Amino acid sequence: MSILDTAKETAQGLMQGALEKLVPLAPDSWIPGGVPDPLIARKHGLIGSPVSRLDGAFKVQGQAPFAAEFRFDRMTYAALAYATVARGRVASIDSAAAEGAPGVVLVMTHRNAPRMNTPAVFGSSPSAVGPSDLPIFQDDRVHWNGQPIACVLAETQEQADHAASLLAFTYDEEPSTTTLEGARAAGTEQGVMMGRPLLNKIGDADAALAAAPHSVDHLYRTPRHNHNAIEPHAATIAWVDDQLHIHDASQMVTQQAQTVAEVFDLKPDQVRLTSPYVGGGFGSKGLWDHQIIGAAAAKLCGRPVRITLSREGVYRVVGGRTLTEQRVAIGAQADGAIDALIHTGMAVMTPHNSMPEPFTLGTQSAYASPNITLQVKMAKMNMLANTFMRAPGEAVGTFALESAIDELAVELGMDPIDLRLRNEPDRDPVSGLPFSSRNIAEAWRRGAEAFGWNERSATPGTRRDGEWQVGMGCATGTYPYYRMPGAEARITLTLQDGAIHAKVEIAAAEMGMGTSTTTAIVAAERLGLPIEQVEVAYGDSAIPGAIMAGGSQQTAAIGGAVIAAHNALVAELLKLAGNDSPLAGLSPDEVGSEGAALCKLDDPGRRESYASILGRAQRDQVSVTQAGSPPLELMHWSMHSHSALFCEVRVNAVTGETRVGRFLGAFDCGRILNPKTARSQFRGGIIMGLGMALMEETQFDERNGRIMNPSLAEYHVPVHLDVPEIDVIWTDIPDPHTPMGAHGIGEIGITGVAAAVANAVYNATGRRVRDLPITLDKLI
Amino acid sequence: MSLIVNGTSVAPPDDPRVSLLDHLREGLHLTGTKKGCNQGACGACTVLVDGERILSCLALAVQYDGRHITTVEGLAQDDALHPLQAAFIEHDGFQCGYCTPGQICSAIGMAAEVERGVPSHVTADLRADAALTREEIQERMSGNLCRCGAHNGIVAAIQATFVVEAQA
Amino acid sequence: MTPFTYSRAGETAEAVRMGGAAASAYLGGGTNLVDLMRETVARPERLVDVSGLSTSITDTDAGGLLIGAGVRNTTLAEHRAVRERFPLLSRAILAGASAQIRNMATVGGNLMQRTRCTYFYDADGSRCNKRVPGSGCDARDGFNRIHAVLGASDACVATHPSDMCVALAALDAVVHVEGSAGVRTLPLREFHRLPGDRPDVDTVLAPGDLIVAVEVPPLGFATNSTYRKVRDRASYAFALVSVAAALDMDGDRVRDVRIALGGVAHKPWRAARAEDALRGGPATEQAFRAAALMEFADAQPLRDNAFKPELATRTLVSVLGALAKGDAA
Repeated sequence: MSILDTAKETAQGLMQGALEKLVPLAPDSWIPGGVPDPLIARKHGLIGSPVSRLDGAFKVQGQAPFAAEFRFDRMTYAALAYATVARGRVASIDSAAAEGAPGVVLVMTHRNAPRMNTPAVFGSSPSAVGPSDLPIFQDDRVHWNGQPIACVLAETQEQADHAASLLAFTYDEEPSTTTLEGARAAGTEQGVMMGRPLLNKIGDADAALAAAPHSVDHLYRTPRHNHNAIEPHAATIAWVDDQLHIHDASQMVTQQAQTVAEVFDLKPDQVRLTSPYVGGGFGSKGLWDHQIIGAAAAKLCGRPVRITLSREGVYRVVGGRTLTEQRVAIGAQADGAIDALIHTGMAVMTPHNSMPEPFTLGTQSAYASPNITLQVKMAKMNMLANTFMRAPGEAVGTFALESAIDELAVELGMDPIDLRLRNEPDRDPVSGLPFSSRNIAEAWRRGAEAFGWNERSATPGTRRDGEWQVGMGCATGTYPYYRMPGAEARITLTLQDGAIHAKVEIAAAEMGMGTSTTTAIVAAERLGLPIEQVEVAYGDSAIPGAIMAGGSQQTAAIGGAVIAAHNALVAELLKLAGNDSPLAGLSPDEVGSEGAALCKLDDPGRRESYASILGRAQRDQVSVTQAGSPPLELMHWSMHSHSALFCEVRVNAVTGETRVGRFLGAFDCGRILNPKTARSQFRGGIIMGLGMALMEETQFDERNGRIMNPSLAEYHVPVHLDVPEIDVIWTDIPDPHTPMGAHGIGEIGITGVAAAVANAVYNATGRRVRDLPITLDKLI
Repeated sequence: MSLIVNGTSVAPPDDPRVSLLDHLREGLHLTGTKKGCNQGACGACTVLVDGERILSCLALAVQYDGRHITTVEGLAQDDALHPLQAAFIEHDGFQCGYCTPGQICSAIGMAAEVERGVPSHVTADLRADAALTREEIQERMSGNLCRCGAHNGIVAAIQATFVVEAQA
Repeated sequence: MTPFTYSRAGETAEAVRMGGAAASAYLGGGTNLVDLMRETVARPERLVDVSGLSTSITDTDAGGLLIGAGVRNTTLAEHRAVRERFPLLSRAILAGASAQIRNMATVGGNLMQRTRCTYFYDADGSRCNKRVPGSGCDARDGFNRIHAVLGASDACVATHPSDMCVALAALDAVVHVEGSAGVRTLPLREFHRLPGDRPDVDTVLAPGDLIVAVEVPPLGFATNSTYRKVRDRASYAFALVSVAAALDMDGDRVRDVRIALGGVAHKPWRAARAEDALRGGPATEQAFRAAALMEFADAQPLRDNAFKPELATRTLVSVLGALAKGDAA
């Protein structure tokens, strides 16, 4: 059995253990990325040049259609009613007034909803993306305060909203757990992420901590957060014969279509889900109850449905990041060498979902230490299923870890950057694997110089500007490199009027990350075509393969699939070229693309243009579909992105208000493909991190489990005046083992930011805030 | 009764509950104006009424009888992007693009306010006319949320469009 | 939104006649009322649009300003006379909401704003005596960071959200009202109520009363005035606390002073005790602080807002200090 065959079985969940032993030991050349992608060496061209978004003109003119902007004939509008108890049964439903209200087409509850299968919970199979393992509108049970329990369809949104407000419910309440203390008292369980326990033990960290001459040991707390994409979740849904059409806002297009198909006992190709534009996702734009409710209601009334969640509805239906309580204890020698690193704690989830908040993941590869204990435990609460939100785990985990490192630096009287570099590991401290690429020291060096770190006073509270206390802080951000299996790319070359046009189809999602533009750049470069001759199609479940815009892996997954499809295209074209071509006799791996032609890699003069090959073969089109190689590189190397973050804050000595005056991120994320969109991704993550640091909190009323600030007025996200000019620089050192030498960059931006802010606040004021957000009451 | 939307006279909705925003999106199929919160807390629905920026989600359409409403669809002239639209592309003043129409309409309204001498919360001297400094732009645009974090690009696009113009 | 009829009033008398009908509400800019209707917190059956009425700002014979109730917030904030003679009023308005909302909102509507208490807004899932009298108050033992520390009752701990009204309270503004009983005036300080056992009633207006104007009497030393708002983000957020103040110095002593506080009570809170303590006394930090502490002597903090008396005290001390030096922005 070849290693690739084994990998295919791994994708099916078999042979995992054997692979994990085998792959690390295999020669590099057997592993995807073992031979560097030729594009890494190509120094000119589009990769690395700033390219404006190809969809920009649509977006600035309001012409990009979002999910709630498609129309069907005879479309109805949906409004939801939500439960107001945390757990129990719906005892009675008074729907008479609603049913009699003007324009009402349907009132649907569990009593009349069509029978449906329970959506498969996220991670239970490669395509399962259900929010939890709960049936939807199939019984009278209430599992969280805010659960949708009725859906009204009407001729207009106004009529539907009004009718929904006329519904009255009574409940048989049942005991529920809605307090953190109650959940803790009921017992915590080992957190398990994708089948793996979030538990790592190297050496004896407790003993090493006790023996260490210097140590810090503190608890850090982070509250619940909501994504708050500005586009509320919405779907426009129609049944056409036995086909279900869903215009959705999705970052997991194909998987959602498949999960929905299972809910309605349909074959996968009976669900067509499109999502050409997504108004922000950050982890939230997946499958939630509303799409299934909307499809069920459309089926029941025989008319298309537009279901747009109100802003409150987004908070009731779409989960956010859960709360965490983390202990970080570090023992060190006087010279800063870490002897013991303990990062443990708990997060909260529900009895029905599969999402722990894996806050120790970033700690695994952060610092060299002979003794490490990492553990995430989960407590269960009756609440809306929590979910991933930008850098799940790392965003909050780095707050605790990097605050603690700063506290240790204070304890040791060391510069916090020196302390970090002192403990830079030479291989992954937990897995023992070599790093594929790690240039964190370079990021620190360049960042410190650009920011002017040497102007920082090590003594807190010593810089003042009028009422404002000024301080600097730093932190490391980190996020793993992923490449998920399942990605495919279809490349179609068309010869028309002597010109070559390439269409690249990928089942990916574009939420503003710049994916469609970057894919066009990379595909154009790989195909040797000008970008104007490359069209990228995405966001449609009819496209083969399955790619998720999650885990910052989409660029890599697309990159890998496009490499595979390009290889297949080369082979196909060589076949078509036949014996009359200058390329005759060459094998596909000797041949590449350049200048709208195939050429011999080490002898580019030996070439034939695509147009010539197709023309001679009397073909006007050639099309290949290929899946990316299995991501064995993830088991062969420890693969991560890193950042060095610098923050200057101003804390008002009178009011305690904190304003971020300057921020700089120095990133080590492989090769940057499109500096223009990459800069925006980094900044976007940093700004979300500033919100997390200073103002964001979903207020969960522990008395009844109800979210009490389901509004953009009461849940604060940063506004323009909160956001300084954010400097972003990068090492731009390619990772030799990834497609294009690139890493995904969607999530690393937010990691470490809250710690950088908290550390700067400490430097400004001498006050250490260990529970987010750092609001003014914690500083006066 | 009629509203004038991007220069075209249109009938108001029959139902007075219909907001200007929903009338634009669902009644007139002008979906460029976005619904982000429907509660006056995000600015995505910003349109210009007689040149002034307002939130169309809090406006009942019937209240705007006879008024001239400009939406993002009405900014480009003769197939040429409004300079601010072009600047948003150049400075990457958006990612997902959902808050973008509101940001753009808001910025155009803001420029007119500054031109008129309207002060802001951060204007140091209320007696003097405000300059379009970076901080002034930030404060005046704070009613438009962006969750992707394109704030720097938005401010840069506004500066490039309106500050340069003012100096020229 | 509950169905309603919409009519636009051509003149004030017509508006008052229409507004006298049961379940009527006056519509200004709609920035708060439309939101409350959408949340089903407000369910008027008749909307009388008064946004086109009373839109002028005129000088009064006494040397003050008469501000029409239909004047937009932006128009008032940018008005030359306001910026020069009553900068605290201009600053208070500019500190509130967003530019778009200020372009819509009217002066009359601003006075009628309702609290931002999230339990008040949660018509489906929370108890609120202000929304449903007698139902209970979920805020008292719940999330109450933005709630009152002064003048609250067992029934209600909500705060008034307006910035503009805080400045108007400091300026001893007078509200001109027209109703079925004719025209009358009400001091702004008495316009908004403390909650007592009727938190559902925000103001002393009778049903059908229409605000037609707000009069700001002359106050020479208001040229030395300002408004400072403290909030959880830099802009576009409601106040945690705010201070409107005007200071008249006599050498290094306080000749006269006006202080009103926002974010601390069910109404704009005129700090009369502090003013009395300061008048004629030294303009020192200690005196400012002592006066502020006196104002908060009876404060009753809740679970999440215990920081407010200290925050308001510090903010007031800072504002008065700046005004004493003549360098308040």
